[in-house]
Amino acid sequence: MIDFAALRKEFPILDQEVHGKPLVYLDNAATTQKPRAVIRAIVDYYEQINSNVHRGVHTLSQRATDAFEATRGKLQRLVNAAHEHEIIYTTGTTGSINLVAHGFRGLLTPGDVIVVSQLEHHSNLVPWQMLAQHTGATLRYIPILPDGSLDLDEARRLIGANTKLLAFNHISNALGTVNPVKQLTQWAHDVGACVVVDGAQGLPHRPVDVQAMGVDFYAGSAHKMYGPTGIGMLYGRTEWLEKLPPYQGGGEMISTVTMAQSTYAGLPFKFEAGTPNIEAVVGWGAALDWMSAIGMGALMAHEADLMAYGTERLTAIDGLVLFGTAPEKSAVLSFGVADVHPYDLGTLLDQQGIAVRTGQHCAQPIMDYYRIPGTVRASFAAYSTREDVDRLAHGLERALRMLK
Amino acid sequence: MNSLETLKAREAEVVEEFDFFDEWMDRYEHIIAQGKSLAAADAAIKTDDNLIRGCQSKVWITAEKRDGLVYFAADSDAIITRGLVALLLRVCNGLEPEVLAKADFEFLSAIGLTEHLSPTRANGLQSMMKQIRLYGVAFQAKN
Repeated sequence: MIDFAALRKEFPILDQEVHGKPLVYLDNAATTQKPRAVIRAIVDYYEQINSNVHRGVHTLSQRATDAFEATRGKLQRLVNAAHEHEIIYTTGTTGSINLVAHGFRGLLTPGDVIVVSQLEHHSNLVPWQMLAQHTGATLRYIPILPDGSLDLDEARRLIGANTKLLAFNHISNALGTVNPVKQLTQWAHDVGACVVVDGAQGLPHRPVDVQAMGVDFYAGSAHKMYGPTGIGMLYGRTEWLEKLPPYQGGGEMISTVTMAQSTYAGLPFKFEAGTPNIEAVVGWGAALDWMSAIGMGALMAHEADLMAYGTERLTAIDGLVLFGTAPEKSAVLSFGVADVHPYDLGTLLDQQGIAVRTGQHCAQPIMDYYRIPGTVRASFAAYSTREDVDRLAHGLERALRMLK
Repeated sequence: MNSLETLKAREAEVVEEFDFFDEWMDRYEHIIAQGKSLAAADAAIKTDDNLIRGCQSKVWITAEKRDGLVYFAADSDAIITRGLVALLLRVCNGLEPEVLAKADFEFLSAIGLTEHLSPTRANGLQSMMKQIRLYGVAFQAKN
């Protein structure tokens, strides 16, 4: 049994007061805090093995390279990729999606269709808009239903013969909806389309098996799963990674360079130009170890308990409306109160030491759907507790007494 | 009292009011009360032209000049923002454009607001102050 209450002590940042109140951090869908093990791994890296990777003949470079590549192996096992070279290091989910979208510039023509969902974070939306603009392809949206799940009948209808790409998130950052990855992927593959999944919220909260799901690309960010910022991954099936051209040119990604031309390195290095964010990769490795010691099963059970308790506590508040009530949801409670601006609630919660996100959560089409200026979003992680939920509920009640 | 003296006197009054509260939650309560007491602006002012950028909440502000003095009408869809708008209008309404054009709104830092606000709110407040000064400048030019 994992003692989740004790986990909290591994996060130094949580032990502080904000506006004179003990901090309650419920903005985990934006970024999670880092356990001591991750912070120590980064410090150790600089104190003991800092060197450039894949280049030097010397010992430190070899150690840095080993640590750097060890994380790739951990990621391969985490998502059950067939090959280690199918894991590309990027700057984050946004960087991963841009890499794919950019690579498709030469592969689409007018008349081709890109299908995305209305549930997307802007990072899995704007790159496709840019791709459509660049190639003349058409963008179509899978609409959402009132409970914040995707309209699957409509999805089935939209994914047609001209569909070349299907992009959607595993889990919605704004509403917490868990999408049927396997089903959607199947429909896309039936028409020969490539499937790109934004796993920024998927990797921290659900088991991911890219082979079982059948996806072609799966993107994630370390900082949403207890690791450092500025590093992420792109899983890509070998045949697709070979088909896409390099994203950026530079060192590391080449095989030979002459004045006339260059030949590119093999996978994964073809997509990893320049000196990478080595400290972050090493820190991410520590975060992956930390997560795997807890186990995804225990983590999901813990978050499911918080979701059930949080839903019960929040819906008991007069006038509070939850946005996103899909049957399968993960770690996010997005809500509003009639005639109260989310910004006011967020400010008064902050005054009570409670950190939440307010606004559109980089997902404006969802807010347009509900015709609201935004929501207040409380999101959970491994160190969240029922006491955090109680503090949130009390904080909201106090704020609402002031505002109404 | 001339316009500048009126502005300073009003600012001092607000500072005194806020000094009364030790806790920031109470200060917010006071700001919210100001927001609630601000007369609802005519829906007609809520146009894109009057919308101030740089706020997470929406703020509309417009002004007119009567007998050489500037009068503002403003509103917001969030109540705390509305309270901040109300505070600004309380000190600024019915003053000469020359004074508004140079207003430094020092009272906001005197009550600790500028330091205490979150960066997005502070930006929003800056935009409102800038807009008031711009109206001052614009009405000066029309003299």
